[in-house]
Amino acid sequence: MEKYRINPDEGLEFGIYTLGDHLPNPATGERISAQERIQEIIEYAELAEQAGVDFFSVGESHQEYFATQAHAVVLSAIAQATKKIKIASSSTIISTSDPVRVYENFATLDLISGGRAEIVAGRASRIGLFDLLGYDVRNYEELFEEKFELLRLINENETVNWSGEFRAPLRDAQMLPRPVNGSLPIWRAVGGTPASAMKAGYAGVPMFMAHLGGATSTFKRTVDAYRDAARAGGHNPDELPIATAGFFYAAETSQQALKDLYPHINEGMKRTNGGGFPKQLFAQGVDPHNIMNVGSPQQIIEKILHQHEVFGHQRYIAQIDFGGMPMDNIKKNLELIGTEILPAIKKYTAKK
Amino acid sequence: MKIVALSGSQIGSKTRIAMDATVKAISEKYPDVETTLIDLADYRMEFSDGRNYLDYEGDTGYVTKTLMEADAIVIGTPIFQASIPAALKNIFDLLPVNAFRDKVVSMLVTAGSAKHYMVADTQLKPILAYMKAQMVQTFVFIEEEDFLQKEIINHDVLFRIDRLAEDTVVLTETFTKIREEKEAEYDF
Repeated sequence: MEKYRINPDEGLEFGIYTLGDHLPNPATGERISAQERIQEIIEYAELAEQAGVDFFSVGESHQEYFATQAHAVVLSAIAQATKKIKIASSSTIISTSDPVRVYENFATLDLISGGRAEIVAGRASRIGLFDLLGYDVRNYEELFEEKFELLRLINENETVNWSGEFRAPLRDAQMLPRPVNGSLPIWRAVGGTPASAMKAGYAGVPMFMAHLGGATSTFKRTVDAYRDAARAGGHNPDELPIATAGFFYAAETSQQALKDLYPHINEGMKRTNGGGFPKQLFAQGVDPHNIMNVGSPQQIIEKILHQHEVFGHQRYIAQIDFGGMPMDNIKKNLELIGTEILPAIKKYTAKK
Repeated sequence: MKIVALSGSQIGSKTRIAMDATVKAISEKYPDVETTLIDLADYRMEFSDGRNYLDYEGDTGYVTKTLMEADAIVIGTPIFQASIPAALKNIFDLLPVNAFRDKVVSMLVTAGSAKHYMVADTQLKPILAYMKAQMVQTFVFIEEEDFLQKEIINHDVLFRIDRLAEDTVVLTETFTKIREEKEAEYDF
């Protein structure tokens, strides 16, 4: 775990991620400017750090209703504005980027932040960026696998010799600058299905598992598949961290949490995915065995601890800001995280 | 209420004739219902390549978005090689897995032979069920002999089309009302 800058003795890490979405607030129908949204994300990271959150990450989506296409640049501003919070992408679409440039960016980010940068590499759930950036979506799988492998090679070696199908070969190419401690934690983003997790497992790469809703036990199968595949691939699963990431919202009561959150998720998903979130499924989100962390602070604490018991994961990452969530609500959540939720989670998961 | 009548073939005339009759039946009886006829013969559709339906452009984008915005869809299909046409299957492939959640879907089948009667039950309904449609269980099955010179000559077929129109609207109203009441109960 040390290679990935994780100390399990300190208990379950608590992180926050944003997709960098730029959506109207359904309560008012109004949308802040892209500039305001980006400033808000930087402030969000600062406030998260003040609340004691361990990790903050920003995603890239190249389509309407998103503002952090240049996520590495936003992360750079966050690196400068913060002191100790870990910062990462969630995720970097490595398939449509040059791994050399991605690595240069994130190694630089690591230097700016004093060794706090990580990369979460994903394949994109929406494929418009293939056209935009000049790639053929028919190579969806191959592009990811090849570029992800190259990214990992660069991480392990300062001098790289490599050739592949989708990029010019590298001959004794020096990969500079190097991160503070020589290498970066690099995670593979997994969509929640066992098949996807197994690919990360076989390769012995840390898994960043995103989830919407559903039974915690369903996602346990994905976690098991990941660890089994890691073992089959000759890796020790005990040395591979797992992060889970999904919707989070805390309020006085679970009913209030559902009320505050639902319109943002439903309207936001309608705009970005073309289909809303059914109320019936959302209502099940507050169940103790549902993976969505929505409810009162105490309910959320119990849920996260239950998930930790089931998964044995090292990091939980909360998504709070989706769908034009007002900054005031985000601040209230951060306060509840900092004063109630985080202390309880650390208390029960850290080694005494 | 928005109803889309989807004529699911690029070739042939009988399904389109029956769909015209269906749209007429709906419009006459329910003037407030907004009906849109999409005849796949009139559009140049791409094959599904896995992208989100919002990301298709041109005719493909128009058809997918129009279907997704509908409250109810009447699917008209001929039977080719003992199954639905590829053009219609492509529509299903273009849409998300839960595309028909909270939508009512009804069916009208034209076939060259009565031997194809079970095709809708064995091949079309399972797809619609998987995509979470609320189905009007009774579909209209029309045979070659019911048409003459591009017209439906069997009055019973016209009665059945009238009933299909009514069942589609009534079921949509019913499910919408029940869903709205249920959603209000959730109180969030």
